[in-house]
Amino acid sequence: MAELTLVQAINLALTQEMESDERVLILGEDVGKNGGVFRVTEGLQQRFGEDRVVDTPLAESGIMGSAIGLAMGGLRPIAEIQFEGFLGPAYDQLTNHAARYRTRSRGAVTIPLTVRVPVGGGIHAPELHSDSPEVIYAHTPGLKVVMPSNPYDAKGLLISAIRDPDPVVYFEPKRIYRAFRQEVPEDEYTVEIGKARIVEEGSDLTLITWGATTLQCIEAMDNLPEDLSVELIDLRTIYPYDLDTIVESVNKTGRCVIACEAPKTGSMAAEIATAIQEHCFLRLQAPIQRVTGFDTVMPYYKLEMQYLPDAKRIGEGVMACAGY
Amino acid sequence: MPKRIAYKIEIESISILDEHANFDESLGAGTLRDDEAVFLYEQMTIVRHYDEIAFKLQRSGRMGTYPQNKGQEAAAAGAGFAIKKHAPGSWLVPCYRENLALFLNGLPMEKILLHWMGDERGNQIPDGVNILPISIPIGTHPLHASGLAWSLKYRERVMKEARDNSVVISFFGDGASSEGDVHEAMNFASALKLPAIFLCQNNRWAISVPISKQMGSETVVQKACAYGMHGVQADGNDIFAMYKVTRDAIERASNDMKPTFIEAVTYRLGDHTTADDARRYRDPKEVEAWFNKDPLIRTRKYLEKKNLWSADKQTALEAKAKEMVSQIVKNAEGIAKPTSDDIFDYTFATLPDEIIRQRDTMHTHSLGQNPSQETLNAHTHAGAR
Ligand SMILES: Cc1ncc(C[n+]2csc(CCOP(=O)(O)OP(=O)(O)O)c2C)c(N)n1
Ligand SMILES: [Mg+2]
Repeated sequence: MAELTLVQAINLALTQEMESDERVLILGEDVGKNGGVFRVTEGLQQRFGEDRVVDTPLAESGIMGSAIGLAMGGLRPIAEIQFEGFLGPAYDQLTNHAARYRTRSRGAVTIPLTVRVPVGGGIHAPELHSDSPEVIYAHTPGLKVVMPSNPYDAKGLLISAIRDPDPVVYFEPKRIYRAFRQEVPEDEYTVEIGKARIVEEGSDLTLITWGATTLQCIEAMDNLPEDLSVELIDLRTIYPYDLDTIVESVNKTGRCVIACEAPKTGSMAAEIATAIQEHCFLRLQAPIQRVTGFDTVMPYYKLEMQYLPDAKRIGEGVMACAGY
Repeated sequence: MPKRIAYKIEIESISILDEHANFDESLGAGTLRDDEAVFLYEQMTIVRHYDEIAFKLQRSGRMGTYPQNKGQEAAAAGAGFAIKKHAPGSWLVPCYRENLALFLNGLPMEKILLHWMGDERGNQIPDGVNILPISIPIGTHPLHASGLAWSLKYRERVMKEARDNSVVISFFGDGASSEGDVHEAMNFASALKLPAIFLCQNNRWAISVPISKQMGSETVVQKACAYGMHGVQADGNDIFAMYKVTRDAIERASNDMKPTFIEAVTYRLGDHTTADDARRYRDPKEVEAWFNKDPLIRTRKYLEKKNLWSADKQTALEAKAKEMVSQIVKNAEGIAKPTSDDIFDYTFATLPDEIIRQRDTMHTHSLGQNPSQETLNAHTHAGAR
């Protein structure tokens, strides 16, 4: 088994799906010869040709809207939006069309579309290259939203997304594109959309996170007292998220901390906390804690590390909850 | 009925100082005076040096991603100078490849460095300087230019304020011209008859995507003409041509309340940004050919031919550029670190309580934000139970 980075694992999934299904094509800005600005599609145009890996004009609404048409036409388009901030121009097509066609047409018109989007902060990038807007799309009925935190899941989730009969927004935490390697099977496999992963089992407190923050949580856990047993859950799918795994865990631990990069108010952390309150009320021994970004515009990079929840802040949240 | 032509357009392409430093006397008459040409050559040389230093700052980890302007200085110089001279106080709505146009119109030079150093204070434009911050989402800001131009027209007509010659000029690239917003901006400006100038720097590439894949049309400017706007193409590496077409556009906006689209044909001599490696997708022969069309080279040759420039002056200018830029870098790097309050304080005119709470605690776990919550004090720091 090869040890791959997140970027390589995504590239492998793309290669294999394109290899096995001629309906799969990639479109986006700079995805061809340049292999994408993060090199995620490196080598794919050379391998599959310009008809299947297409450099589009610079227009996100154009990319999203025509990907919808391609999907309606019986293909399996994978649209790349260069950074999460540039979902803006594509928003109308994604939320008002891709997400709604199945419902609108009573199932007659479906949109099997995958939208790949680098997401999140921590790479010292310019404005609109560091945001965490996952909840906006999770809040859009008709869209599935996933975000892997490691190479193994990245490959399996992407294959699931491409094969899914509905639109899936596949967020790639750019901060960990090349942060570490992991064994990734060469064989094809899928990671089911809607299933969280228990990263580490524990009995005293449930820590829920997703994307790059998973690594901050692991670091935080390394610095916690030995006798505090924390169960870490990596959500993997933001919507439809794995309520069963969460409820089972919190019913066991009675305490929960949720950590993510997005602004606090109305974040996915808010939704999960509400669901826990609905399902685990009598088991809760402490108020659920959120460790998140702030209700502000994501700052430019001089201040971004103060914005992003780090191991220290997460550790403090865990201790406050554990000690309650 | 016989067929008839429903519509026909012809678009002029203006070149005054060509790449061999040949000067078209008839077109060039009444454009830049000698002292102005010298001034712009000096300014272009200074920003070229600024660009090189910015590149080095990024490479040595002292600055984030930076988009070099190298090779495109003349478009910014000619247009920026025309605005400064004939329509001072106009609004400039930039993207990121026209630094010199901004500097000529009053933007302190350290601002651009600060922006790319990840510091919002680089976007805090001094009072009285009508320049918007660098716009990161490509092709979205020309609509703001149309809106600003509309506000100028409104103030003049409804509020009876003197507009003088003020116009609004927005800058964007060939790639940007593919965004729907740019088309909406052009249509608004044309339909509402606004004093706007659209300056597209066609540098033939949008990161790795060549113009041939960006559009099926021969020129960018013909699209503007389709909106009923006057359009002109100009040699973007020629300060005289750029000055002339921009001055004409200012007149059209001022006298007739009509927008103009200028396609400046130029070339990005450097990588897209410091995060890019253009060797992956560009033919070195193409790049080499454009190095010969470098605006600095032809302007210098022109000045030398006219005995307006000398090797001594060049040496002195280079020394001056070095000193100036090193002082600008000092200013940019010397600024005190922003405090974490800066993350919060500009969100609204009046901060909501929740944001104040987040700012004052910098803890987003809920208990940290509300330590008075009942029973907390009794139990906190009971360790890990
Ligand atoms: C809406 C949006 N989409 C994508 C990007 C990423 N991006 C930054 S610059 C660029 C290319 C711009 O090309 P062009 O408009 O020709 O300007 P140039 O860089 O060549 O001056 C792209 C795709 C962005 N910043 N904004
Ligand atoms: Mg360009």
